[in-house]
Amino acid sequence: MTEHRTPLARVRGLGSAKSGTAHFWHQRLTAVANVPLTIAFVLIVIALLGRNHAFAQQILGTPLVAIVILLFIGSVTYHMRIGMQVIIEDYVHDEIAKLVLIMLNTFFAIAVALASAYAIFKLSFGV
Amino acid sequence: MTGSKAPARPLSPHMQIYRWPLPMLMSILHRITGGGLYVGTLLMAWWLIATASGPNAYATFGNFINSWFGRLILFGYTWALAHHMLGGIRHLIWDTGRGFSPSEREWLSLATAIGSIGLTILLWVVAYLSIGDAQ
Repeated sequence: MTEHRTPLARVRGLGSAKSGTAHFWHQRLTAVANVPLTIAFVLIVIALLGRNHAFAQQILGTPLVAIVILLFIGSVTYHMRIGMQVIIEDYVHDEIAKLVLIMLNTFFAIAVALASAYAIFKLSFGV
Repeated sequence: MTGSKAPARPLSPHMQIYRWPLPMLMSILHRITGGGLYVGTLLMAWWLIATASGPNAYATFGNFINSWFGRLILFGYTWALAHHMLGGIRHLIWDTGRGFSPSEREWLSLATAIGSIGLTILLWVVAYLSIGDAQ
C-alpha cells in the first residue's frame, strides 16, 4: 500500500501532550490571576470573621464583593483542575484508572465551582 | 532472553539516596499544598452555601470552624495557601528564566519556606485582632 501522507501528518496528534502548550499556558494564566484574587478573598474572609449571619449575607451579596468572589471561584477551580490532572497523569499509569480519575477531577472542580457560584448568586439576587 | 531476571545493572540514584536539597523539599510541598487546597475548596463551598441557606446552616458551619478541629484545619489551610502562593510566584520567576543559579535557587526556596510561615502567623494575628473588633 502506498503511503500518501507525509511523515509529519502521520505523527501529528500522536504525542503524549495532545494539545500542546495550552495546558501550561492556562496553568500560568490562572496562577497569575489567583494572586490578587486570593489576597482579596482572604481579606473578605477576615472582614467576616466572627460576624453574624445577617452581616455576612449582606457583605457577600454586595456587587463588588460578589464579583471578586465569582472571579476567584472561576480562576481557582480551573487552576486546581489542571493541577490535579497533572498529578494524576504523573502517578497513575493504568489507562482506565487515569481516565476515570481525570473525569472525576473535572466533575469535582465543576461541582465546587457551580455550588459556590450558585451561593453567591443567591446571596446577590435573593429568593 | 534465556533467564527471566534482568541483569544486575547499577541503578541511578534517586530520591532515597540523595540528601534532600531545599528546592526539592519545596517542590514536593508545592504539590502537597496544592492537593490540600484542592480538597479544602469544599470548606469554601460549604461556607458560601451555608451563608446563602440561612442562619441555621450558617451557625452549623460556624460551630465546626470555631471548634479546635475546625481552627486547626483552617490554620493548616492558611499555611498551605501561603506556601502555594509564594511557591507559585517563585515558579513564575523561574518561568522568565531568572533565578536558576545555585545561590538564587536556595534563596528563593528559603524565602518560600520562611515567608509562608511568617505570612500564616501574620494573617492569624490580624484575624484574631479583627475578631476582637467585631465582638
